[in-house]
Amino acid sequence: MARRQKKSFMPALAILPTWLTVVVVYIGAMVWTLNLSFTKSKLFPSGAYVGFDQYERLLGSSKWIKAVSNLATFGVLYVLGCLVIGFCLAAALDRKVRFENAFRTLFLYPYAMSFVVTGLVWQWLMNPVLGVQATMQGLGWESFSFDLLTSRDYAIYGVVIAGLWQGSGLVMVMMLAGMRGIDVEQWRAARVDGIPAWRVYVSIILPQLGPPLAAVATLLTMGVIKTYDLVIAITNGGPGTATEVPAKFIMDNLFQRQNLGLATAAAIMLLMSVVIIVAPFRYASYIRAKRKAGVL
Amino acid sequence: MTRSAEINPRGAKPTRITAGRIGLYAFLISAALFFTVPLYVMIVTSLKTMPEIRAARIFALPDHLDFSAWKVAWAGACAGAECAGIRAGFLNSVLITLPSVVISVLFGAINGYALSFWRPRGGNLMFGLLMAGALVPYQVFLYPLVRGFAALGLYNSLIGIVIVHVLFGLPLVTLLFRNYFVTIPEELFKASRLDGAGFWRIFLEIMLPMSVPMLVVAAMMQFTGIWNDFLLGLVFAGRDNLPMTVQLNNIVNTTTGERLYNVNMAATILTALVPLAIYFFSGRWFVRGIAAGAVKG
Repeated sequence: MARRQKKSFMPALAILPTWLTVVVVYIGAMVWTLNLSFTKSKLFPSGAYVGFDQYERLLGSSKWIKAVSNLATFGVLYVLGCLVIGFCLAAALDRKVRFENAFRTLFLYPYAMSFVVTGLVWQWLMNPVLGVQATMQGLGWESFSFDLLTSRDYAIYGVVIAGLWQGSGLVMVMMLAGMRGIDVEQWRAARVDGIPAWRVYVSIILPQLGPPLAAVATLLTMGVIKTYDLVIAITNGGPGTATEVPAKFIMDNLFQRQNLGLATAAAIMLLMSVVIIVAPFRYASYIRAKRKAGVL
Repeated sequence: MTRSAEINPRGAKPTRITAGRIGLYAFLISAALFFTVPLYVMIVTSLKTMPEIRAARIFALPDHLDFSAWKVAWAGACAGAECAGIRAGFLNSVLITLPSVVISVLFGAINGYALSFWRPRGGNLMFGLLMAGALVPYQVFLYPLVRGFAALGLYNSLIGIVIVHVLFGLPLVTLLFRNYFVTIPEELFKASRLDGAGFWRIFLEIMLPMSVPMLVVAAMMQFTGIWNDFLLGLVFAGRDNLPMTVQLNNIVNTTTGERLYNVNMAATILTALVPLAIYFFSGRWFVRGIAAGAVKG
């Protein structure tokens, strides 16, 4: 009996710190934040509940609306761009090319660097006076334009380019791993039928890469929602509010504008968007797992 | 069956040069340029003098190698009024990253081991909650954590930022180790139990030595992740412990007067150097870590 107790006691004790983290830090902090978002807290937490007032204020804030629309623009272009570029790179490397390892190393290295580094490099490249634009114009290409970051209309696309530079390699790696797992027989069949290689990738390989594609798309989308460092480094949200993003809006209201209620309401909105995006993926993989189990 | 040599795609690489092949390499090389030009520009800019930079030829090689910008970036670059370079930030990043990596990887290994082999009651629930917690944006946790840490006297301290990194690192490391230990045959564990080994003995003498590859991968993932962190360092580390990424951003984006682009780029390279070194020296392991961590999506 004593032996049996020892068995069940130690493992539970070993994971206790993690339990505490989950309950106190994750759940506790989330509940606290949720609670704050229903109060009229400014600099200090307040006990005065105002219902959904902070959320109404948030939706009435033109800066928040701009931040959300910027994030949508950035998110769609970044995720789709990474997927398309990453898939093309993977397909190209899958064609038995020379120096495959060298190419792969070069495509992925930006992913190892911090967003701050990425942001600062692209800020320099897009410098209107001394950067790529000035260089190309100096070489005689007068109409060359690459000063995206100083433009209210185009700055967000500058951030997208920097993001693509950093994130495409991740998709490439995941897709290439998926392609290498596909049955060679299909290639033989396609060759016998005389189907061109690009067609095989689009119509035969791509549909089979569903699960890794979904995984990497979720990963990228999660990254989009958390976008903060990249924007801080590359434009600090400017010019004006041209590259303002929700994560930055929350940080500003939390630590500079002393707008606790509004900031926590915005944080909860961010959380809701994660739930909306992740829930379908999770449900789909749950269904898939069940089906698999049923078949077996 | 005699035609098998003909339809077998393996063997020597195709020697025929077709239009498709040329297009393929053209695509790969232009992609490689897109990815490498920024690194090239960073390096050459850091080796130029300011007059050379003002000539606006960003792709040109420097006239002669000038390392003075690197010296300034390391020990003399200004962030606002303070001119101490990125050196202090480098040291802070080391002091933050090393203990955070060791502690979080250790907890991850223990968690993964306990969850895979001992299956304590509620283990799956905890794992599910932990994975769900990994999806929550940090902004949701920040204010309560700042208040909690302040109450404990840990806010703006080295210990505080290390604890924060461990707390937020737990999901990834636990996932990595749980998935790794699942692949180890259960018989091994059962045999050790029959021999009378307890929880910690099996962990230390059998499981830990077997999981060296995963220890390396997890440590590498954690190291790059924590080294590259900006947000948590900014909020929790405090002025005296700011990590390199935050100091770099302060140096580049809050300068008054003329911006020294060569110094900025030298400081940027210095900040990227450690994760880049890890990446280039351990490419395959790095890729393995990414693949293992991405499965959670």
